[in-house]
Amino acid sequence: MVSLGGVLAQLLEIVLALLLAPLLSGWVNQWRAWLQGRQAPGLLQPFRVLHKLFVKESVVAESASPLFRLAPYAIFGCMALACAIAPTLATDLPLGPAADAIALVGLFALARVFISLAAMDIGTAFGTLGARREMMIGFLAEPALLMVLFAASLISRSTSLARIVEALAGQDFAIHPSLAVAGVAFTMVSLAENARVPVDNPSTHLELTMIHEALILEYSGRHLALIEWAASLKLFAYSSIGLALFVPWGIAAGAAPLAILLAIPVLVAKLAVGGMLLALIETINAKMRLFRVPEFLATAFLLAVIALLVHVLLGA
Amino acid sequence: MNAHALLGQSINLCAVTLLVLAFAMIAQRRILTLIHLFTLQGLALVVATVLVAHLTGDHHLYFSAAITLVLKVVLIPILLHRVIDRLHVRWDVETLFNIPTTMLIGIVLVVFAFQLADPIASLSASIARGTLGIALACVLLSFLMMIVRAKAVPQVIGFLSMENGLFFAATAATSGMPMIVELGIAFDVLVGILILGVFMFQIREQFDSLDIRHLERLKDD
Repeated sequence: MVSLGGVLAQLLEIVLALLLAPLLSGWVNQWRAWLQGRQAPGLLQPFRVLHKLFVKESVVAESASPLFRLAPYAIFGCMALACAIAPTLATDLPLGPAADAIALVGLFALARVFISLAAMDIGTAFGTLGARREMMIGFLAEPALLMVLFAASLISRSTSLARIVEALAGQDFAIHPSLAVAGVAFTMVSLAENARVPVDNPSTHLELTMIHEALILEYSGRHLALIEWAASLKLFAYSSIGLALFVPWGIAAGAAPLAILLAIPVLVAKLAVGGMLLALIETINAKMRLFRVPEFLATAFLLAVIALLVHVLLGA
Repeated sequence: MNAHALLGQSINLCAVTLLVLAFAMIAQRRILTLIHLFTLQGLALVVATVLVAHLTGDHHLYFSAAITLVLKVVLIPILLHRVIDRLHVRWDVETLFNIPTTMLIGIVLVVFAFQLADPIASLSASIARGTLGIALACVLLSFLMMIVRAKAVPQVIGFLSMENGLFFAATAATSGMPMIVELGIAFDVLVGILILGVFMFQIREQFDSLDIRHLERLKDD
């Protein structure tokens, strides 16, 4: 039986994810602006955008099927669930046992299928183009992500993220060369999956290069707000998975209320540093040609395979 | 948990860095970045050697680390920079296979090397014997790079990075070669790079290109 405290902690984690995700996007945008010598928008800018979009009327094309209206809710639901089951604050939460590596990758795939179908639903050229590109990147990034998660789960002998965090944070400090390699691979995959600069530019509307923006071109109003929110939730989910795998210290081991409250500032600090690094990566890299993306993701996949091999060789 | 085990794990980390850099070299198109990667690889080698020296108390390994630092992190990169400046080949290099295929072959080589080194490593009593497979994989990967590159400069860098792998194998398996052998090899590599530099200029004089496929014909028809 799930205790009341567990339910409260789980709710706290979900609400925190919903609030922190747009803040993280705003923080990254701020650092990007500063690093590029521009004046930065406020930290709360994503909330203002979301508020504006929620207030506005939602325009739907005449040829749209019910799927088009359903997709934003499905995508938002997938991402919120991913954030809820990833161990951001504590390892022992009611939804924790669901945080299996394969299930998480499946959740991301479900959201991707919905957004691609919705983009093709209207029948405009851009939507189809964006959907194809998204699927191409997705099918290359997914095996790499799975390999990274497997490399981490070899150490803890479990594919459950909560068990991985417990195994890594619980033991004495040790350097795992395989995790270092897997970390590089994970960074590359997250850049591709979150439509970040070397692969896609989140702030572009240039027809030839956009991927994420092409997918959601037809959406407006509250639908667009949900999708934008889901995009920042996705970034948050990837960040918390990355933090759980590679810097697991500070996540509460049990479900004690005090430990969970203490985990919040640690999480915020780690996300702040991570956001700065992301902005730095985005600033010092140029966007690559679309046909170089398979090469980029093949490198990520092979790095993850090397991580597995190194773990087998060195046993660490 | 003691500092000793942590240092041992740091050697493993350096070894894995060497391997990843060898992979990055295979995946890299630009000659300039290739030289930067080679410099980094030399640096990782220096750190690994110093760590092994510290753990085993072999003082001559400090000297070989110093030689590596001077030679592979400072001198040879400067020489290579000067060569590519004078030859005006800073940018893209062509490869004979496309890069993902090359990297897949690379993974197969890594598996092969790990398998091959396993029985040898179990015979060794050295502190870093687990990394012998990684050293062997670095050698094979550099060898692969020499095979798949069509231009002279990347081939030379492949040769140098192969020497890095061999050096690391010697450090990992037997805690270093005798000092005199190491000095000899260091000197050989330096002379080798000078001769290859002259050689590259000669190829360019003759064929107006650095493509070594021109060398397949033995005489002018």
